[in-house]
Amino acid sequence: MPCDQAQDQLHGYLDGELDALSAANFEKHLETCPDCKQTLAAEEALHQSIQKANLYERAPDSLRKSLLGNPQQLPAVRSFPASRVSPWRWLAVAAVLLFAVSIGWLELRTTRGPSESQLMAASLVDAHLRSLQPGHLTDVESTDQHTVKPWFDGRIDFAPPVRDFANDGFPLLGGRLDVAGGKTVAALVYARRKHIINVFVEKAQPESYWNGAGEAQGYHWLAWQENGFSFCAVSDVASPDLAQLKQLILTQ
Amino acid sequence: MLEGEDRARFEATVLPHLDAAFNLARWLLRNRTDAEDVTQDAVFRAFRAFGTYRSGNARAWLLQIVRNTCFTWLRQNRMAAEFMEFDETTMPQESQNPEMLAMAGSDREQLTRALESLPESFREILVLRELEGCSYKEIAEITSRPIGTVMSALARARAQLRNSLSQPESKEARRAV
Repeated sequence: MPCDQAQDQLHGYLDGELDALSAANFEKHLETCPDCKQTLAAEEALHQSIQKANLYERAPDSLRKSLLGNPQQLPAVRSFPASRVSPWRWLAVAAVLLFAVSIGWLELRTTRGPSESQLMAASLVDAHLRSLQPGHLTDVESTDQHTVKPWFDGRIDFAPPVRDFANDGFPLLGGRLDVAGGKTVAALVYARRKHIINVFVEKAQPESYWNGAGEAQGYHWLAWQENGFSFCAVSDVASPDLAQLKQLILTQ
Repeated sequence: MLEGEDRARFEATVLPHLDAAFNLARWLLRNRTDAEDVTQDAVFRAFRAFGTYRSGNARAWLLQIVRNTCFTWLRQNRMAAEFMEFDETTMPQESQNPEMLAMAGSDREQLTRALESLPESFREILVLRELEGCSYKEIAEITSRPIGTVMSALARARAQLRNSLSQPESKEARRAV
């Protein structure tokens, strides 16, 4: 790989945006190119110092209050005046619609609907969104795992593993009960920089759909099974952050 | 027409991204007070346009509206701004969250200044990637640029940021915005 090409790829590599083959090629190039190695180290250091500097600025409460929970504040939406269209045109429109619907129906018959995993993820992303509404994030607010863990006793029929990972950049904020797919699940709330991560936990079912990773409505999710529990982490942080939190939970 | 259910859907899908919206506006406008006004305006626009949003990435959809609103605002105010010198007295560092300041001290000040000295397009892509954690695909969607150009644009923006970090006291760099 010529070096000027590698210089751009370096950023894709740093951001985890290269496909596996390009990443492997880039790593091969790194071994023989001290310049790129040095640039990569400098870029990583810059990235770290930006993350540490806490530059993210959250919306002030005044703005949130003026928009949330006060829908009157939102202006009325303009309605469009009904158009005058002659009846024979409606007939043409109806014909086109009928055609489109039949095509769509044929499509539907041949393609499968969303998978069970996607449905599970959608319901957990919804739960994540609900938790971000003011006052919904935690039922028990504490950074102390010894406060959060016992809180679940008697409220749910299993004891979810609770650990604070503040030293690794994922401080525990608290816990809460939530409902997903008609079942009560435990939700552990972690912070990542200024972002919130919900880790949903339930007892592993024989045929659990809590598996895989993906994106829904701009949120990433990552699900796995471990020690008789199913986990699903949901957040707007980048997926490598979720993978890191998964590793921490796995090795706790 | 947005009524009842749609309004609730707007609150549930779009408003959770209010922090992202404000953060982007704050860095594009370099000022919290203006960012608050412009974010509010952008949310109103999003609300009026919500009929056209069906599904997909709500954060990217909102951020696209926010950045367009910011750029319109900047265009309208640029004339006025050109009469004012950019310095600490007319443009105070408005990161007045004492907790944040205490946490990160001088590194934060230095990075803030360096980031604010960059041209808007560089600032925008750095905020989306480094602070908001957007994927290249999302950045392409928000900034309406081909996805193939995101990586090289980031490379240029980071090079500029490092450059301006290495000469933090240069007033020329700050005026060159």
